[in-house]
Amino acid sequence: MIEAKNLSMVYPDGTEALRDVNFVIQDGASCSIIGPSGCGKTTLLFILAGILKPTEGVVQLGVQPREVALILQNYGLFPWKTIYENIDLGLQMRGIPRSERKRIVLSLLDRLGLRSFANHYPDQLSGGMQQRVGFARALALKPRILLMDEPLSSLDALTREALQNFLLRLWKDNGMTMVLVTHSIEEAVFLGKEIIVLSPRPGHVVNIIENLNAGDANYRTKEAFFSKCREVRQNIPPAI
Amino acid sequence: MPRGQAEHPTSYIIAALLLIGLWYLASFMLDSPELPTPLSVFYAFIAGIRADLGYHILISAFRVVYGIALAGSFAVPLGLLCYINRVDKFIAPVIYLLYPIPHIVLLPLIILMFGIGDLSKIVLIAIIVFFQILVTTRDAARNLSVNYIYSLLSLGATTKDVYRHVILPACLPKILTAIRISVGTSIAVLFFVESFATEKGLGYMIMYAWSKMDYPALYASIVAMALLGLFLYLIVECVEKKLCAWVYI
Repeated sequence: MIEAKNLSMVYPDGTEALRDVNFVIQDGASCSIIGPSGCGKTTLLFILAGILKPTEGVVQLGVQPREVALILQNYGLFPWKTIYENIDLGLQMRGIPRSERKRIVLSLLDRLGLRSFANHYPDQLSGGMQQRVGFARALALKPRILLMDEPLSSLDALTREALQNFLLRLWKDNGMTMVLVTHSIEEAVFLGKEIIVLSPRPGHVVNIIENLNAGDANYRTKEAFFSKCREVRQNIPPAI
Repeated sequence: MPRGQAEHPTSYIIAALLLIGLWYLASFMLDSPELPTPLSVFYAFIAGIRADLGYHILISAFRVVYGIALAGSFAVPLGLLCYINRVDKFIAPVIYLLYPIPHIVLLPLIILMFGIGDLSKIVLIAIIVFFQILVTTRDAARNLSVNYIYSLLSLGATTKDVYRHVILPACLPKILTAIRISVGTSIAVLFFVESFATEKGLGYMIMYAWSKMDYPALYASIVAMALLGLFLYLIVECVEKKLCAWVYI
């Protein structure tokens, strides 16, 4: 269970990013966080991941910090490392022996259809492939919580849908808690069984919308999907 | 492959032939002992190698390589540490005050402190290229996107990991470019420090041939110095292509 209690964040330069944010995400749930740009979504995710410390409030994850994986905007891959090395890196830092690491990395590369690109550098791959490498690197760590910051935002519409379906399968197969920050209403509705709507900066929770139909790969074409999108849209306060 | 990288050695050969051709033309037109033909310089170079030119090349190469290595071993770690704001706050003003000063004027002081042997020559080369490497490394470290750091921290990295897997590899292309540029600078400084108070090195050879008005030997020494610079430059470039393969895709 992820529990955020009275989270506030003021950066050293005085920017107030978050104000008194509260929510609970159950184990194994999928949750989208949506809000106008600059509302502190990324800050919130960094706080959940333990990379930033909130100025006030606490986060309880219920799992070890090492069971949390974070996927950043623009994939977060290192251009100076090959695809293999990128995926291997997190495992290496956890002190897993080399032979075991090799087994994990190669099986992930196979699973994601990237085996023949193992020795390529990220810049040699398309955006969609790079994003799959980003997922592979996070999955290699067998996370119980997967945090994602607009992971699909720089992809074209078709690749984006394919990867949304891929994410959905991933979530179902692995039984992890998934938290997705996005600025796309359709993406938030397609992937999040719960949708947390944030206000413009300083971000605070405006509404938490239940979306129990999410998790169905055919959801996009159903009437319920469109009405849920409308509901979310009406809840998002206008950006200033 | 990035633009501007000549791929085929043929283009280098053509350029070399063109330069030699221009040299020929100039020496024929001038028809003066002060500008001998490339061929007579080539003979003088071979004669020099048969005598002791090779020894002087080695001495000079040792001074330059040692100087750059000494500078790099201080400038690179210091520049990378500037990634940390608290360190940069101290280092940046010092760099900005000291960098534009012509360090070559320190020669008399350095000779007073380190004597007239190899050490003072190496130290002066090191001081001058130290700032070139430091400024470039520091700028590279300061311009590093913080997202790479976050990305690594999210994988459970320690500070040591951040330096090893992000800051150093991200800055390495800039560092090696700075070292490549510092080869040219250090050869120029080398000539200056070898032009007096020594009887070894290519700078000395140039001044000696000049004083004897032995123009082919003078040119042979100049060519040797140019080749030394070119050779070191190419070595650094090879290292760069090997260690920073990701830049050259």
